[in-house]
Amino acid sequence: MITEAYIREELKQVKDPEIPTISIVDLGIVTGIKIDNTDVHVTLTPTFAGCPALRLMEEMVVDHLNTNNKLGNISVETSFETTWTTDLITPEGHVAIKKHGLAPPRRNCSNISMEILESTNCPYCDSENTSMKSPFGPTLCRSLHYCNNCKQAFEGFKPV
Amino acid sequence: MNSIDALKELLYKMADDQLIIGHRNSEWTGLGPILEEDIAFSSMAQDKIGQSEHLYNLLNQLGEADADTVAFTRNANQFHSSKLVELPIGDYSFSLIRHFLFDFSEYLRFEALRSSAYEPLAQVSKKFFGEIKYHTMHANTWVNQLGNGNEESHRKMQESLNFAWNYALGIFEPGPAENVLVDEYIFIGEESLKNRWLDTIIPLLKKSGLTIPSEDTWKPIYGGRTGVHTENLQPLLEEMTEVYSIDPSADW
Repeated sequence: MITEAYIREELKQVKDPEIPTISIVDLGIVTGIKIDNTDVHVTLTPTFAGCPALRLMEEMVVDHLNTNNKLGNISVETSFETTWTTDLITPEGHVAIKKHGLAPPRRNCSNISMEILESTNCPYCDSENTSMKSPFGPTLCRSLHYCNNCKQAFEGFKPV
Repeated sequence: MNSIDALKELLYKMADDQLIIGHRNSEWTGLGPILEEDIAFSSMAQDKIGQSEHLYNLLNQLGEADADTVAFTRNANQFHSSKLVELPIGDYSFSLIRHFLFDFSEYLRFEALRSSAYEPLAQVSKKFFGEIKYHTMHANTWVNQLGNGNEESHRKMQESLNFAWNYALGIFEPGPAENVLVDEYIFIGEESLKNRWLDTIIPLLKKSGLTIPSEDTWKPIYGGRTGVHTENLQPLLEEMTEVYSIDPSADW
């Protein structure tokens, strides 16, 4: 019997193409799993509306589940019904983000401000003595920072 | 005009604004005055164009052609974007002032549309609202720094504000059947939105040491919403669709 928990475990093998240490489950974008006998329908919610990895992640879900011969027809859709925020990232996800050298996003940041972004801890030495260089980084979900303690430039996962 | 047509009109002007300002933002890629600004305008371009695609998808669900066809095969006179967004990037002070004036209007538009009775629009607006906060925060930081900077930066910002003002008022050109949208709780209407916008930006500009033009000189520059554009839009579209025109099936 195929269960939602089973599919969720399977989807933990599918990683964010831009941050390969985090699974799409821990990223919080899997918002629905429907099972009909052996057929599976997965709903994803976009992290950022302009995220170019979105379609790639849809394909990765289909490709991965297709390698499991217990499963029948696989379909994926993207829906805004659940609004993704960084609060949907799991605690395991925060560890995975840090492992990739990124500062995890602060929780409960629906009112983002320069002050909140300024107070991002360094992912390498945990120092609070950092400065924000730019709220925009190499991908839509990242900001640029500098650690005044260990003298490292680093990137942060932007809270939204 | 029934509510579906009025809704389409609203979606078209939002999507077209996003696409055109997104293209203009992307023109700073490689040319930003400092690296961080180059990245900022490039990121914002990606956000805007990504958001426009989702709005075109909503139109597609209402029976319009698919997003790429709508975005890449119309002529200037079929675009519903405001004249403000099609103006060339100009001096950096102009791009910053336009970014400030336009993005605060979007911030407030998305904020209001989060509770739209048209659920698909409410859903995307919630998403966009979270994203545009980074844009308004960026705009306000620079307008404040340069407005209160030295004599030269202040002068440039003030001149750009004076030039952009009537174009910015043109964002709020009333739609032909807005009352239908207001009656059905789909949208609050351009006039209400404009008042919220004025209440928001006037104190911020004041803090930045900038003065808005006196009210007796306000002459909103309309036309964009009905397909009447400046000479700047058609060349922009030709550049944007250059690859698509050569090979509509091109993929990359």
